[in-house]
Amino acid sequence: MTPAQLIIACLAVPAAGAIGIALAGRWPNLREGVTLATAGLLLACVLALLPTVQAGGVPQLFVLEMLPGIALGFRVEPLGMLFALVASGLWIVNSVYSIGYMRGNDEAHQTRFYVCFALALAATMGIAFSANLLTLFLFYEMLTLVTWPLVTHHGDAEAKQGGRLYLGFLLGTSIALLLPAIIATWALAGTLEFTPGGILRGTASGSVIGGLLALYMFGIGKAALMPFHRWLPAAMVAPTPVSALLHAVAVVKAGVFTVVKVVVYVFGVETLAGIRAADWLPAVAGFTIVAASIVALRSDNLKRRLAYSTVSQLSYVVLAAALLTPLSVAGAVFHIAAHAVGKITLFFCAGAIYTAAGKTEVSQLDGIGRRMPWTMGAFTVGALSLIGIPPLAGFLSKWMMFQGAAQAGNTMALAVLGLSTLLNAAYFLPIVYAAFWRAPPGGEAPHGEAPWPMVAALLVTAGATAVLPFASAVPLALARAVAG
Amino acid sequence: MIQEHLPALQVVVPLAAAPLIVLLRHAGIAWALAVAASLCAFGASLALALEVARAGPISYAMGNWPPPWGIEYRVDALSAFVLVLVSAVGALVAPYARRSVAAELPREQHYLYYAVHCLCLAGLLGMTITGDAFNLFVFMEIASLSMYVLIALGRDRRALLAAYQYLILGTIGATFYVIGVGLLYLATGTLNIADLAARLPEAQATRAVLAALAFITVGVSLKLALFPLHLWLPNAYAYAPSAATAFLAATATKVSVYVLLRFYFTVFGAPLVVDALPVPQILIGLSAIAIVSASLVALWQTDFKRLLAYSSVAQIGYITLGIGMATRDGLTAAVVHLFNHGITKGALFLLVGGVALRAGGVDFGRLRGLGRRMPLTSLGVTLAGLSLIGVPGTAGFVSKWYLVLGALEAGQAWLAALVVLTSLIAVAYVWRFVEAAYLSEPEPGAPSGEAPLSMLVPSWVLVGACLWFGLDTSYTVEGARRAAALMLGNAP
Repeated sequence: MTPAQLIIACLAVPAAGAIGIALAGRWPNLREGVTLATAGLLLACVLALLPTVQAGGVPQLFVLEMLPGIALGFRVEPLGMLFALVASGLWIVNSVYSIGYMRGNDEAHQTRFYVCFALALAATMGIAFSANLLTLFLFYEMLTLVTWPLVTHHGDAEAKQGGRLYLGFLLGTSIALLLPAIIATWALAGTLEFTPGGILRGTASGSVIGGLLALYMFGIGKAALMPFHRWLPAAMVAPTPVSALLHAVAVVKAGVFTVVKVVVYVFGVETLAGIRAADWLPAVAGFTIVAASIVALRSDNLKRRLAYSTVSQLSYVVLAAALLTPLSVAGAVFHIAAHAVGKITLFFCAGAIYTAAGKTEVSQLDGIGRRMPWTMGAFTVGALSLIGIPPLAGFLSKWMMFQGAAQAGNTMALAVLGLSTLLNAAYFLPIVYAAFWRAPPGGEAPHGEAPWPMVAALLVTAGATAVLPFASAVPLALARAVAG
Repeated sequence: MIQEHLPALQVVVPLAAAPLIVLLRHAGIAWALAVAASLCAFGASLALALEVARAGPISYAMGNWPPPWGIEYRVDALSAFVLVLVSAVGALVAPYARRSVAAELPREQHYLYYAVHCLCLAGLLGMTITGDAFNLFVFMEIASLSMYVLIALGRDRRALLAAYQYLILGTIGATFYVIGVGLLYLATGTLNIADLAARLPEAQATRAVLAALAFITVGVSLKLALFPLHLWLPNAYAYAPSAATAFLAATATKVSVYVLLRFYFTVFGAPLVVDALPVPQILIGLSAIAIVSASLVALWQTDFKRLLAYSSVAQIGYITLGIGMATRDGLTAAVVHLFNHGITKGALFLLVGGVALRAGGVDFGRLRGLGRRMPLTSLGVTLAGLSLIGVPGTAGFVSKWYLVLGALEAGQAWLAALVVLTSLIAVAYVWRFVEAAYLSEPEPGAPSGEAPLSMLVPSWVLVGACLWFGLDTSYTVEGARRAAALMLGNAP
């Protein structure tokens, strides 16, 4: 297949998979078979694009003209390639996990669940490969809308409330801030194509550029920059596989991916560095990192703690991109992958604990490591990676960010990175300690590990966290290609 | 031969079908005739639009009396665009009406409904195609009188009151319009629109011309339900038969917008209306109030049809807001939203008619659990609702894009903020439906089952159009841009 056909396939495979899942809804085994086959086929399509991109090629495809002068078009560059690889690779693992979780917990509406999941992946691929801001915005909104049924899956009052917050924050920021920013960019630059070096250079005064940057950064609500982060903890009412793949990987990474895209390809690193209009951004991102970590520290609910940890980790990416040095931008890109494998492991573990033991709070986890050694072992690996302990994946991205901050001479960023590492350790290590070294409370029904598909999935992602730094040639090369 | 007389046939076919239906009086034949006439009108409008795109404006002398003495029919980029919208909706509503009308009206009134449908279609098409200001009044009356009947046919007794309300206000509107035209005749001695445009500069700012502008503005604003002259609309839409609501919502106010555009930019011209008088400021102010207040009122309705009616008042506000900007992008937004909102609201009211048929009403209690009871209808309402919000990939997004672009290029950032913030109110009222349909348990014993195919198919054609014209905008945006260029270029 030609690269252009592969791009079509990356969007069409999950979309067609959604139809297939809907048609197979009556036969659960066949339905899950369709999900797994779709996920496998999607990864194959994405991988088939990789050699071209690594060789410096930029496969592209233009479908039709959405507005005069603005096409619905796709272009695969290194950043999008990395994002697509992470999302499609983890979808397979997540699908195996979902089968164990959804059946283990006897969830209702499973067909709808898998259909929306496949559609969410199609939207994610659209975001990853979009050639211009309008195409990106189209799939960005689509991702919000197709994940809403997943957030409100349980249909009770809590899910409805969570769904309202989710939609309110994500559509609210994107319509009220991001859309005007995109239209203003079109009015100023006369193009919306992602271009190395940016499209806004010399089109407006520094203050206008600064204002636009604010519209973009807060308008990309999926990046969960404070004060627009509340939707992420609210989305935790969803079944855990949704929290794992969508609200630790696809949706939130679509947010920070868009942030990096906008900084690098719309504004241009040099444009922003030249006019100092981005100076406020590291401060906001730094505040989000620290504040979200403190909230995570105070949350007893495990999924809520993980959600606030995600809010904090997303702002690492924003902070690193805002430092505007090549190393920090590469670190930002690599952190998209590193945080993805680490955090999905932690969510898998939270779901496994819920399925096997019915526990949701951190304070209930005393001694659980003795009953679920594999799960808690994987949890430990994921947590250590996110704290940044070498040689795990999170260490590598943090190392690059530290170097970038030093390069930029930004002491505030250095301080934030150091402080947040301590906070990460403070909210993750007590869980590990309690699980393995505290005695389990007496009088509980005995339980073992969660169903095997879940355990297998979380071991695979924990393994990926440990292996990624040693197999980092591909992601690092892609990350460096973005930073230029 | 047929090609040559297409402009006349555009109006004559549905006009002639009406008395034929009354003579035959058989419900089935009446329906078949109405469908045939509507389809013919749609075909004629498509042929005319193609011809205009190929060879430029068409002028047709009625009865071979050359203008300006005879009545001229004139099709240009703007009127061709509106003709296609009106006749397309007519051609979709006519087949839809059969089951809906059979369920909502007593049998002896069926033929009457179809006769009035044809009359109304003829009136609206005539208003759009005529090049004569007085002839326009005649068609306006034909369309209005048939609308009063359409609304009064609603089975709810409040339909009569709504029709009466509209009758009073609509008659005032038409009277104001004809007074304005009379004053113009006094000042120029002609009724032909092109001729008026040519002679008005001589009589430019006389008091008679200004009075004419004022009378026509108020008269037409009543017809298009511009705030605060919109009071007739919510009741009329809420209590009219389902098929009639869909037809009127998608076409009637849109044709009135067309008349306003025609008089502002062809007859009076932008230098007088836009530059010399504070018309844009007034339009922008009233539109802003309309958008905010009607959106908020829509949010609190307990009946989904009424909610959509108030949403229409707000959406008309977006159209007049675009007119008020009076720039190329603003007018493009107005014309493209006229089309996009027509198909969006048409789709919504058609689908709601299907719900009314099955559930007996559309208050929010009856919508509970609709996602499982009528999955296709619910999905359609949700998708068309996304177009109402202006989510990318739907027709409504294109309108929002040009409105915001027009506001930014005019340096009026507050208007851009107004447009995007009120879109969020639309999210809230559309999501009231989505939550009721998908997150609520149905009331015990609530009827289940999809609407009949003859209703579902036309509805989904319009839903499909909402999505199609969101991705491929070559027809709508190009048409609107040509129309906008025509309006600004025609200014004397």
